Amino acid sequence: MKMLSKRNGYFLAAILATGFFYFNGSDVTTSVYATGTVFALPLALAAMVGIMCERTGIVNIGIEGTMLISAFVAFFVASLTQNIVIGLIAAIFTGSMMGLVLAVMAVSWRMDQIIAGTIINILATGLTSFLYVQGKTIPNVFQSFEIPLLSKIPFFGPVLFIHGALTFLGLAIILALYVAIYHTTWGLRSRAVGEHPSSADTAGVSVARLRYINVTIAGAVGAIAGAYLALELVGSFERGFIAGKGFTALALMIFGRWNPLGALAAAMFFGLAQAYANQLMIDQIVNIPSQFTAALPYIMTIIVLTISAGKVRPPAAEGQPYEKGQV
Amino acid sequence: MSALLEVTGVTKRYPGVVANDNISLTVNAGEVVALLGENGAGKSTLLKAVFGLIKPDSGEIKIGGTPIVFGDTAGVISRGVGMVHQHFQLVPVMTVAENIILGDEPKRGIFINKKAAHDEILALSKRYGLEVDPEAVIEDLPVGMQQRVEILKALRKDVKLLILDEPTAVLTPQEIDELLGVIRNLADSGVGIVLITHKLHEVMAVADRVVVLRGGKLVGATSPKETDEAGLAQMMVGRSVVLQVNRTEAKRGAVVLEVKGLQVRDDRKILSVKGVDLSLHKGEILGVAGVEGNGQREFVEAICGMRHREAGEVLINGVATKDMHPHAVHEAGISHIPEDREKHGLVANYSIADNLVLNQFDQAPFAKGWVRDLAEVAKNAISTVEKFDIRTPSAFNTASSLSGGNKQKVVVARELSEELPVLVAAQPTRGVDVGSIEFIHNQLISARDKGAAVLLVSAELDEILSLSDRIAVMSDGKIVAIVESKDADRNYIGRLMAGLKE
Repeated sequence: MKMLSKRNGYFLAAILATGFFYFNGSDVTTSVYATGTVFALPLALAAMVGIMCERTGIVNIGIEGTMLISAFVAFFVASLTQNIVIGLIAAIFTGSMMGLVLAVMAVSWRMDQIIAGTIINILATGLTSFLYVQGKTIPNVFQSFEIPLLSKIPFFGPVLFIHGALTFLGLAIILALYVAIYHTTWGLRSRAVGEHPSSADTAGVSVARLRYINVTIAGAVGAIAGAYLALELVGSFERGFIAGKGFTALALMIFGRWNPLGALAAAMFFGLAQAYANQLMIDQIVNIPSQFTAALPYIMTIIVLTISAGKVRPPAAEGQPYEKGQV
Repeated sequence: MSALLEVTGVTKRYPGVVANDNISLTVNAGEVVALLGENGAGKSTLLKAVFGLIKPDSGEIKIGGTPIVFGDTAGVISRGVGMVHQHFQLVPVMTVAENIILGDEPKRGIFINKKAAHDEILALSKRYGLEVDPEAVIEDLPVGMQQRVEILKALRKDVKLLILDEPTAVLTPQEIDELLGVIRNLADSGVGIVLITHKLHEVMAVADRVVVLRGGKLVGATSPKETDEAGLAQMMVGRSVVLQVNRTEAKRGAVVLEVKGLQVRDDRKILSVKGVDLSLHKGEILGVAGVEGNGQREFVEAICGMRHREAGEVLINGVATKDMHPHAVHEAGISHIPEDREKHGLVANYSIADNLVLNQFDQAPFAKGWVRDLAEVAKNAISTVEKFDIRTPSAFNTASSLSGGNKQKVVVARELSEELPVLVAAQPTRGVDVGSIEFIHNQLISARDKGAAVLLVSAELDEILSLSDRIAVMSDGKIVAIVESKDADRNYIGRLMAGLKE
């Protein structure tokens, strides 16, 4: 089944159930799940960047950098113009440009894609550190609002339907991407290009063009993930703001088997784990040093990748440049 | 009316070679034109240009009287050109339906209309009498079925010109007959067909005209009525080719390789070699005949240590060899010309020189202790390229730059270089031109005469009959008969291959 592999499905159900029984108080449970969703969203969106690129055969390890520079642009443009929507638009433009740069390096110049991604990460770290100014503020963040009716559904209403605009946008992108990959012409062609590019080439599909389009749009999606952190979840920007989320996302993509819903499930698992940990500390049930909580995503990434290593099958043409007529 | 396809003065250069040198050719509706030539003669390059995949340096290609735009494959397809490529152009993880509709998908709004695709493919397969299951996943299908999908893909858009680049290389004799029938029917219904093949009897059987390329140049045109197989071979190679192998009586010695009760499972974990006993003597060629997919591949891989032996053992000079250990098996004295040269025979990105010493790069004279002796490797490469007539601008180009037949020569040259007691040759001439086939056959005979025990596995019954001293017929994972080749009867063996008793 394409929607969720059985294993991922059971896994997610188990996680959801554990928390449900543990935090028996209904308000607390609901708020833990809502927080979990909030934590999960940027990871899931970032994983979408990876999926869009790798499904067409381009390895994108520049997600971290794309998110960082987009979050930076989002925050400082919003601060300069005192308008968060303009900040968001500027970020999306920036992210697309980062995607385009990667496409030029990986598709046209046929550069090693790991190096191309690393260039983007270094560029982003350097630029944002250099241009960073302290003490800037933005007028407001994207505020939470309720979707009428849907938000009244017990449990799921507050967990899924009371959020800021960018959360909804992000969830919509994930669902749309899922449908697009498996049910549209674009999705079929993208998968063909990522699995066996010469098949697409000989069927009259331009491999280079599709790779350009996907990597550029993916950059825009990465920008939304970055802007979400700066303009909705946190409302500020600091150096090293993304804190490894772009790399964690690659692990989630693998764990979710390059399937948008699989990656969303994996991200929910991460988000919820973080939300549990927070709740445990608030309830003073356990006293975990905050360094440990901060390290949690990395530890879990290692565990998750160890579990799934060797059992997954990436798109076959991943990381390989293609030359037209190379049949 | 203008010709269906008109190629005028096409030239295409690659670094170091002129792949096509001022080639002109026409194809009319309703005729089958066979394009012949040795490996690397420029046939595939020419057809890729016709299909809009590559841009020639000069010249013009017209379809139905209008020139094509180079690089516009979709445009060429929409003008009624279909192509079956030498290597399958199918996405292994996708379904038959998805592969066929790719590039021009039936839609409902922005979505793919999967129902329409399914119905269209069933109708298409009915129309041409090529049965397929639209929902089957490509990688689960046998090669013959995959080829059928390729052909349906090419035929989908009311094809006027169908190009087939070595479509029979991986098919069984029955599948080939079926395909030739389909080709003839299509031509009779008015489709123009260009066929590349190395099998001259196919050309004689199906072609109306024959065009021959050599070294990138068009060297002649003829028709099956005016010539015979030997004549075609001579035109291709530029000298007379002996199609019949001359060999002397085998001087059979002691048993070298012994297979006892061997059982092996295939990739799907199904038992495909079901208890095989076989002895191979010094100085003989034992041919294993059989329709492909009857366990030959697994049999060979198990002998060479590439596949787990479920039961039984393989002995060389009475000593059991290690299971699942290709290196140990090689050390014990087996050299192996693998069936899949791309996957198991060569390292594509290594130079020809390195590929030629893959089996002994760490031994003298190619290494001194821990250090490779690159001068020796180069010396070996240059002399081997010369001796085996490997067509390449340089012995230091990558193996991937070679054409199929020349890749095979590299593998054969390497495996024969050590003169080990046993040589296992699996499909040694698959996809190889007649000139190279003659050469490879002579090499196998001379290895035998030098005292090697040769196990030849081939889907080509002619090859088995002309080379083998004894013939074992494999059917459904078992050796159903072993006959001396002087007593071998073509029909009898054919029936055994098909699984018929007597």
